[in-house]
Amino acid sequence: MNIVACVKRVPNTEAVVKVADGGTSLDESGLSYMISFYDELAIEEAVRTKEAHGGEVTVLTLGPSEGTKEIRECLAKGGDRAELLADSNWLSRDCRASAKALAAKLSDLGADVAFMGRVATDRDNAAVGPMVATYLGWACVTDVVSLEIAEDKGTARRETETGIETIEFSLPAVITCNKGLNEPRYSNLKGIMAAKKKPFEESPAELVDNQASVIALTPPSPRAEGRILGTGPDAVPVLIDALRNEAKVI
Amino acid sequence: MKPILVFVELTAGAPRRASLEALGAARATGAETIAIFAGEGSNSAACSGAQKAIALSGDASSSDALASALAEAVKSNDCGGFMAAASSAGRDLAPRVAAHLDAVLFSDCIGITAVGDQLNARRPWLAGKVIADLASNASVFCATTRLNVFTSSEEAGPDTCDAAAISAEPKARVVSVEAKASAQLDVQEAPVVISGGRGMGEPEQFSLLEGLAAAFGNATVGASRAVVDAGWRPHAEQVGQTGKTVSPQLYFAVGISGAIQHLAGMRTSGVIVAINKDAEAPIFKVADYGIVGDALEILPVLTEAIQKIKAEA
Repeated sequence: MNIVACVKRVPNTEAVVKVADGGTSLDESGLSYMISFYDELAIEEAVRTKEAHGGEVTVLTLGPSEGTKEIRECLAKGGDRAELLADSNWLSRDCRASAKALAAKLSDLGADVAFMGRVATDRDNAAVGPMVATYLGWACVTDVVSLEIAEDKGTARRETETGIETIEFSLPAVITCNKGLNEPRYSNLKGIMAAKKKPFEESPAELVDNQASVIALTPPSPRAEGRILGTGPDAVPVLIDALRNEAKVI
Repeated sequence: MKPILVFVELTAGAPRRASLEALGAARATGAETIAIFAGEGSNSAACSGAQKAIALSGDASSSDALASALAEAVKSNDCGGFMAAASSAGRDLAPRVAAHLDAVLFSDCIGITAVGDQLNARRPWLAGKVIADLASNASVFCATTRLNVFTSSEEAGPDTCDAAAISAEPKARVVSVEAKASAQLDVQEAPVVISGGRGMGEPEQFSLLEGLAAAFGNATVGASRAVVDAGWRPHAEQVGQTGKTVSPQLYFAVGISGAIQHLAGMRTSGVIVAINKDAEAPIFKVADYGIVGDALEILPVLTEAIQKIKAEA
């Protein structure tokens, strides 16, 4: 089976993020990066799918060349080869441009299934997976928490606000992975050593012009200074009074 | 300005509140607002804010087939915009509709403003560590609206509706749905969210939070990443950058210290109450009201006080 895991390098979720002077970009100095949390699930599911059905796992990423270290880490966890479509403008690239570039590559690769995180924890769009599938005319199941793949079709369970949907789909398909789908493995020394020898291709990303443009980036408005109402259960009446008469929410 | 088509989700034939908010967001731009839903014979007048309505007939169990029908409706009604709530269904459908229209999508918007004939989007990046104002030169402006942010319209929807059909061959379809065991609201939908963290001591103590939520009636329980990773609570309840971003009217952080990735997920809440043993916990920096102390002692007293208020109301 021809399996692709699409991953994205994003700012560390524990990072403090500052808007750069000019107010249309981020101050990237001192920013650390990681593979987006949900993309770790995508790698794991791709490797498990290979273990169950055979085939090859390509790790595909769209992002800056500096992301090589994070992508090698994905190879250490079981990816067979990596392709990095180089684009330094991760911040300004819009979801349509990303989706079209990834769709073109997935088509070239002849993928049977592409795994992605349910959302990238930088731009939080949760758009690229279903957009890629739509551009390709493939099936797509989002927010998947369990998955079974057979020859040319599969069954996925998708988590929604109100419950769990069971969805049958045909291959090729894009699957976006939600927490609960699997427990991502850690890389071990053997994997890390092997990753150094695995094929790693880098080519410039072929991107369409963005439709979206940034007018302004601003830090969230600071919350008004709060106050400590007291200590222990004795403070409860003070809280009730504040919620009722000051904040007027109860 | 050209009309905006808004996808409306129905529960037992009635529009979901999140969809009414999306209709309100569209209507507030000044554009003609068209509601579209899957379900013939549903009450279009309940789609408040809509000036026109379209009922889709056919099998709505496939997101890809439904998205094709929505994109067709955008084209056949010469719409300049497509919107849906940023709910499970909206987040699943809107990117597909946008791709059919070859348009960019702005997910989870907290503001949509008309500037002349153009619409601009305001949305959080990095779970709200940064707020982005964005313009689009796509021929159709596509967006989903964050739950609990936009106000629904007071105006009743239209009495009549047009018909269209879902006809594309499905590539994936829902074959069964298991409803959640409890009727508990989702953390993104509930007007009051009561979240617990490690400070709850052990998983069984979350019953205290459930008790407080029950006292409110319109509340639901949330959780920090730490307790979800520890297996105490399901991921569906996780608030934060690797969980859900919430904006309830009232948010309780109980026994949650306030890691940056948690704060990112709840800082746009209306009123924040923090209960924590540690007076120096970062959560108190974003809280409007704080109580220092043991949550296990405070919660029963608080629950009783809320029960009393609700009984009087």
